[in-house]
Amino acid sequence: MLEIKDLHATVGGTEILKGLHLVVEPGEVHAIMGPNGSGKSTLSYVLAGREGYDVTGGRIIYNGEDLTNLEPEERAAKGIFLAFQYPVEIPGVPNSTFLNEALNAVRRYRGEEEMDKIEFIKMLRAKTKELSMSDEMLKRAVNVGFSGGEKKRNEVLQMAILEPTLAILDETDSGLDIDALKIVADGVNALRSPERSSLVITHYQRLLDYIVPDKVHILAKGRIQHTGGKELAHELEAKGYADFVGEAA
Amino acid sequence: MSILPFIEGEPIAGRQLIGQDLAWLTTRRQAGIERFQKTGLPTQKLESWKYTRLRPLDDTRYLPVDAGGTDISIDTVPSVGDVAARLVFVNGRLRADLSDISELPEGVRFDTLENVLAEDPLWVEANMGSVAKDADQAMLALNDAMMDSGFVLHVQKGKALTKPVEVVFIGGLTDQAIAYFPRNLIVLEEASQATLVKHHVGHGRAEYFANSVSEIAVGDAANFKHYKVQAESIHATHVATVHTRIGRDANYEGFGLSIGGLLSRTETNITLAGQGANAGLHGAYMMRGNEHCDNTSYIDMAVPNTTCNQVFKGVLDDASRGVFQGKIHVARDAQKADGRMLNKTLLLSNDAEIDSKPELEIYADDVQCAHGMTTGQLDTTALFYLRSRGIPEALARNMLVQSFLGDALEEISDENVREVFLDRVVHWLPAHCFLAGEWKESA
Repeated sequence: MLEIKDLHATVGGTEILKGLHLVVEPGEVHAIMGPNGSGKSTLSYVLAGREGYDVTGGRIIYNGEDLTNLEPEERAAKGIFLAFQYPVEIPGVPNSTFLNEALNAVRRYRGEEEMDKIEFIKMLRAKTKELSMSDEMLKRAVNVGFSGGEKKRNEVLQMAILEPTLAILDETDSGLDIDALKIVADGVNALRSPERSSLVITHYQRLLDYIVPDKVHILAKGRIQHTGGKELAHELEAKGYADFVGEAA
Repeated sequence: MSILPFIEGEPIAGRQLIGQDLAWLTTRRQAGIERFQKTGLPTQKLESWKYTRLRPLDDTRYLPVDAGGTDISIDTVPSVGDVAARLVFVNGRLRADLSDISELPEGVRFDTLENVLAEDPLWVEANMGSVAKDADQAMLALNDAMMDSGFVLHVQKGKALTKPVEVVFIGGLTDQAIAYFPRNLIVLEEASQATLVKHHVGHGRAEYFANSVSEIAVGDAANFKHYKVQAESIHATHVATVHTRIGRDANYEGFGLSIGGLLSRTETNITLAGQGANAGLHGAYMMRGNEHCDNTSYIDMAVPNTTCNQVFKGVLDDASRGVFQGKIHVARDAQKADGRMLNKTLLLSNDAEIDSKPELEIYADDVQCAHGMTTGQLDTTALFYLRSRGIPEALARNMLVQSFLGDALEEISDENVREVFLDRVVHWLPAHCFLAGEWKESA
């Protein structure tokens, strides 16, 4: 489903990813762990197509297609979703309007019909309820005045609406208390299916108790240094990164 | 060579002018000409005109509008909808067929200046020039001399207009370049209330020069809301001079939305003349092409315990240029003054330019005043965020521009007017692909 081959990427002229290989099969959840500055966020931005994150070598193949030259919105339409570490506040744009625009844009791109407004609101209400979000959060401007936990839940809500085939969660656990973490994990798990894959980028093993990964990768110095099963996360928590990357994190 | 090189023919002699049988008005016109001859058109040597030059007046000769001419059919006149009365001027002349002032409540006079000059010249004489006194303002002097249209809004003590009154100025529908000089007189007596909406729009392809003056007296404990849309054509030179005096415990709310005009300047002078007086003077500007938009203001906090607040936000694309100059003056004894001023501009192109000069001039020692100014580009993180959700770049940019300006439009307390103005903002945006209806519903 996702095949990253020898990926090199630069940000502002500095090479951050230095020959990264990664294969994620349909239905799998992979965790990417690594010390600060290892390139975790860069990988997520490169996959989502952010401007200024330039691929200088290698390929990203998604469902048989090279993504490298696609715009962010095209990647979104092809089923890639990035849950932001720091979701952006957009004053004056109601959350429900934003969600509706996003869904319709993706549908238009795929040649599907736009969703009827009444149907959309119904669907939105149901998803909101599942995530223990209030209707009030739909009326408010996108992420404005949201707590850290509410912002993350709003990311999961967007994911639930867009139903991506590859969800990338960039440190979605940061700043969450245990209750919020469970809600977010439930939201992600609800989307698990044989066709959908996830890439869970995290610093800590805690989230992986709730979103249990099929594989755990250790990213450091722009490359995957080590790959193992879910037990690797616990090992890391006990020992730290030093044993795996050859220096203290 | 005429006295006014940018005006075709003699400015006053031999012309049919409103109120021409009134000696005091003829004297005022003559004095205006004399003052204008001394100052000439404003040059950039003047501090308040540092960033704006009336370039179109260099090489265009405008024909002043007299009675006569042909009526042009107009399909649509802009409106905020449910209004108490409406006056429509096309090419500087009243269009009675498009106007309606028949249903005014008791105690409210709303009519053309020409009619009020005919019916109640003493009232006009007593009020004209009582607020707009600045002897150095060339554009006021020019209007004094040339005034040819405009309106009067007079609300008697304790009376309230529940619906807005509306004035529409349409320009550009002529064969040759024309000039018109509206003079507006607004008097709200003690404890009265009114809302006024002005639309300045341009159609057609003719050049035109509109030089208007508004004098506004807001009496003690009165409440006046003053909204303006400037959607002039790219052949328009629009100069507006506003003088406002606000009495004790009175409230003034002004909002100007500037979305079109080759060259436009609004110069607002406000005097907070009574304790407890409050002024909100806000605006939004959206310019593109080679348009130039200047908002200059001077707020005089003349007595203790007054408040004022200014929020001006703008979006400049292509090679357009914006100017914001704001000065808040706090007089020596005006203790407990609270003055705020904010100007923010979004530059959508590398060729766009904003000159922003917020100033505080404080002579009292117990005051709270602040000013701020920012200039920036669209937030690339926010743009990426929207695009990563599948929203195409053009739409994402529109959403962010609307998000930016929405904040300023929040200053409009009249919900209906705010919706109409938001709609105008949406339609300014390229390929207005945003769902305006839904935006309004939930905003």
